[in-house]
Amino acid sequence: MFDFNLIIKSLPMLLQASVWTVIYSLSSVAIGFCIGTLMCAAGLSASRLGRGVAAFYVSFFRGVPLLVQLLISYYCLPLIGVNVPSSVAAVGTLALCTGAYIAEILRGGFLGIPHGLVEAARMVGLSRAQILTRIEVPLAVRFTLPSLVNETTMMVKASSLISVVGVLELTRLAQNIATSTFQPLEIYLTAGAIYFVINGVITLAGRFAESRFRLETAR
Amino acid sequence: MTAHPVANSRPIIDVRGVWKRFGAAEVLKGIDLAIRKSEVTCIIGPSGSGKSTLLRCIAFLEEYSEGEIYIEGELLGFALENGKRRRVSDAEVARVRRNVGFVFQQFNLWPHMTALENVAMPLKLARGIAREDAAKRARAMLEKVGLGHRAEAYPSQLSGGQQQRVGIARALAMEPHIMLFDEPTSALDPELVGEVLQVMRDLAAEGMTMAVVTHEMGFAAQVADTVVFIDRGVIAASGSPDEVFRKDENPRLRQFLQNYFERNVFWQGSGDVAVP
Ligand SMILES: Nc1ncnc2c1ncn2[C@@H]1O[C@H](COP(=O)(O)OP(=O)(O)O)[C@@H](O)[C@H]1O
Ligand SMILES: [Mg+2]
Repeated sequence: MFDFNLIIKSLPMLLQASVWTVIYSLSSVAIGFCIGTLMCAAGLSASRLGRGVAAFYVSFFRGVPLLVQLLISYYCLPLIGVNVPSSVAAVGTLALCTGAYIAEILRGGFLGIPHGLVEAARMVGLSRAQILTRIEVPLAVRFTLPSLVNETTMMVKASSLISVVGVLELTRLAQNIATSTFQPLEIYLTAGAIYFVINGVITLAGRFAESRFRLETAR
Repeated sequence: MTAHPVANSRPIIDVRGVWKRFGAAEVLKGIDLAIRKSEVTCIIGPSGSGKSTLLRCIAFLEEYSEGEIYIEGELLGFALENGKRRRVSDAEVARVRRNVGFVFQQFNLWPHMTALENVAMPLKLARGIAREDAAKRARAMLEKVGLGHRAEAYPSQLSGGQQQRVGIARALAMEPHIMLFDEPTSALDPELVGEVLQVMRDLAAEGMTMAVVTHEMGFAAQVADTVVFIDRGVIAASGSPDEVFRKDENPRLRQFLQNYFERNVFWQGSGDVAVP
């Protein structure tokens, strides 16, 4: 009944598609991290406009389902004359969505930074941008690493949603194979296992980074 | 004690009629203070009297509410336009105070960088010095404060005294014309105070201009050219250590010194201890 041959036969294709899954999810986390950092800094800034923009951004992208966001960008961007490949629109949407969560995660980290560390940086002449990138962001990342790793694994899983806007990645390919072979069980189990492994690697990498950072604070 | 400089040389720091309010609270109430080249000024006074606030205003870590602070002749933080003052940009503030070094009570080393990186990073970023040269200069600074052998250590691996010496090295690396110290030894275990004070003595002996908020009266008596007593936001007494510690009759000053010596002198009565 259970067709191991099909698994072996389709594994190379599934693995290839999973490379796209990794590329799409990690690039959206990377872009989302930059957006999240800026939004977090804006949200904590003295500027009322900055705080307002950040608050609206975070509440929108956290309040609307990602699937709906993807459909909006898929159907509405062309209407307003923005013609980009659907993969680009999808990554952009994932990035905006995860950026809102990352902004909230980093917020806690930023607030945990003793203000004196920033004052020390100002006194040796670092610019606002240098303080952000060399002092605040590295420290906020260290304080919030487990949550950031968790958010990354969530995005690997969420990237399966972009299959609905026609972007080829692991889930989309699995669907294609499943409908053409009429053997969904084997294919979806394999796809699930691949997601599991990807997130396992990400979690391990996070643990490794955490232990590296702990060396800095070890006596 | 360093020789008194010529009285008419332009002060490095000139504080004129400075007020600082936090909301309704008046913390500094008309401070006038001039600090000349190679002078060591020690600022003493009760807790909450405004010592840190004054130092932070001179560094523009706090915006002063009124008055003027000049650093080497340039007005700090503001531009005057038809008698009104306007806040200048952060970059302009940074430019005017580029020669001011600050040493914090809590050290404020960046915990994710080694001692060497703490000193070298600002040289690279703020002064644009090439990586190799910055590292070389940072190492020399760490050696100067006796920490050449701990360059690769993270702050958490250093004692409080060592951390503070890295903090001093970090400020010194920028080649400041004046160093501000806000209670540099107050967060230290007593046995670690000496090593930090020694570094500061050496600096003073080299002719560094320094303003030091401190509770170390012995240091003030030996090293200061001028001792300033701040009480409830005003300079209530100032002069040479001899004048302030021995002669000035301000009752609040006498009470403050009396309290200090009662806490610190336990082997004799408090009769003739006005001079440490
Ligand atoms: N950021 C601030 N906001 C409100 N009040 C402050 C602030 N900083 C200092 N103060 C108040 O100003 C007074 C003087 O503080 P400070 O300069 O730190 O005193 P000192 O260093 O002499 O102990 C204190 O009453 C303190 O509570
Ligand atoms: Mg203080």
